[in-house]
Amino acid sequence: MPASPILMQGNEAVAEGAIAAGARFFAGYPITPSTEIAETLARRMPEVGGSFMQMEDEIASIAAVCGASLAGLKALTATSGPGFSLMQEMIGFAEMAQVPCVIVDVMRGGPSTGLPTEPSQGDVMQARWGTHGEHSVIALVPSSVYECYTLTIEAFNLAEQYRTPVIVLSDALLGHMREAVTLPEPGSLRIAERGTPDCAPEEYDTVMSDLDNILPRPPLGSPFRVHVTGLVYNRRSGAPETGDPEVASDLGRYLREKIYHHRDAIARVEEYEMKDAEVAIFAYGSVARSAKAVVKWARARGVPVGLVRPITLWPFPTLAVDRMAERVRTVIVPEMNIKQMSWEVQAAVAGRAKVVDFGRVDGKLITPPQIEELVKPEFYYHDWEKP
Amino acid sequence: MAETNGNASRVEIRFSGSGGQGILLAAAIVAEAATALGKNVVQTQSYGPAARGGASKAEAILADDEIDYPEIDTPDVSLCLSQEAYEKYARDTRPGGLLVYDSGLVEPDDRLRGRELHGIPFTQAAAEHLKKTVVANIVAVGALVEITGMVPAEAAEAAVVSRVPERFRELNVEAFRLGRRLASEA
Repeated sequence: MPASPILMQGNEAVAEGAIAAGARFFAGYPITPSTEIAETLARRMPEVGGSFMQMEDEIASIAAVCGASLAGLKALTATSGPGFSLMQEMIGFAEMAQVPCVIVDVMRGGPSTGLPTEPSQGDVMQARWGTHGEHSVIALVPSSVYECYTLTIEAFNLAEQYRTPVIVLSDALLGHMREAVTLPEPGSLRIAERGTPDCAPEEYDTVMSDLDNILPRPPLGSPFRVHVTGLVYNRRSGAPETGDPEVASDLGRYLREKIYHHRDAIARVEEYEMKDAEVAIFAYGSVARSAKAVVKWARARGVPVGLVRPITLWPFPTLAVDRMAERVRTVIVPEMNIKQMSWEVQAAVAGRAKVVDFGRVDGKLITPPQIEELVKPEFYYHDWEKP
Repeated sequence: MAETNGNASRVEIRFSGSGGQGILLAAAIVAEAATALGKNVVQTQSYGPAARGGASKAEAILADDEIDYPEIDTPDVSLCLSQEAYEKYARDTRPGGLLVYDSGLVEPDDRLRGRELHGIPFTQAAAEHLKKTVVANIVAVGALVEITGMVPAEAAEAAVVSRVPERFRELNVEAFRLGRRLASEA
């Protein structure tokens, strides 16, 4: 029997997605507009034999999540802007020590306390560069309640596969929005499990991950000898080694390439009506919903507008943006921040098309009419010269 | 009757009142009832940092087609439970649309001429019949469902049952039925 539709909130969907992905540990500190994730998991974790811990703050929350993951569990935390800022140092630790975990940031207006109950997309660059030092990152951005569920599962899969923290960027609108959804059958989902290294414990010092074979991390307490440190370490032994520039360079480049080498496999986009588009709207998260409405509005009038919706914001979907840049004359980038992703789009488009940005930072969703106004006739009339 | 019967392919409903009146719950109940019918449903909400007071609103869109933009500019149907929310949110109800309001708390003005208006004293009725003003929102949902037929009353009552804590279930079901009765008698 096919599952029947249920009414579900974005934050609930994140929580249920985490459970479906096999997460059995949550630590967090409640903050609007993410609180329903903690609230739901406080109830659900004990039901599935998992643990829920309310911590004293967000720094402790991400630290507890790293600890749980090192002990072998799939673990997550959820927060919003101010808490996400507090977590940055430990997210860097998770990058450095290669600790798989999931951080959900339900974005609200900022900086600081900002607009606690209103949506924003102001943390997209913080997700990329929030922690210090050279590092790579994976960030996924849902635009529906259904995706809050499926992308949370995907986040855990990528975290395990690439041994890295993965950030899910929801927002206040999506987190609190309810939608009728039919969730996928549990058996139909791909769930990546952690596994153990394919060697005897005593041989563990002789094997080393490479970009195409990232070994799973054995849990603390297992027969494998595991060293965990935030210092620069020797990739073979795991032991700190800060005196050798070659060791530092090897680790630094590996941590970055671990994601970049695989970015075409990781990066996902939805392309809608792009086949003959002359104007593309590059939009993500909640704003992509307004953008899609505009594409339908334009197509009904014979205007060749398409949508490129990044589902993976980091690593940046370079392939899809290349495809877009080769095809269209103009790219419109509406976002609930000022130019954060539009700079990135502009760099990737590299002059092949005109990039028009539109930002809104008043805590309100960009509306379809606001985007419609940006679709100017000179962007699609054929006698208009490409820049 | 405005175009709000179950056959309309898209209905946009705005619920507004003051924080603490249960506006979000009212919207979630209607949204859940429509979900059970197999409609596409999006329900959003908007409120400030305070838990009580201030104008708050929730919106629901029920549609046969995919729902992209999830918010509402000019609702087809409004349910309004406070004067402040009326000024801020309910006045945008589209011409030809419908407004259901608490006639003990809201006084509509000329600007809503051309809309179908249904004033019922929900809060006062909840106090008189159920001795609990806190269920005025559910009384209002009962009336809204009875007046518009946008979702079947059985589906809405089932959603009331599923959305309220068990120990308040009976009270809320009574409130829902009271609302339906008041609307059909009005």
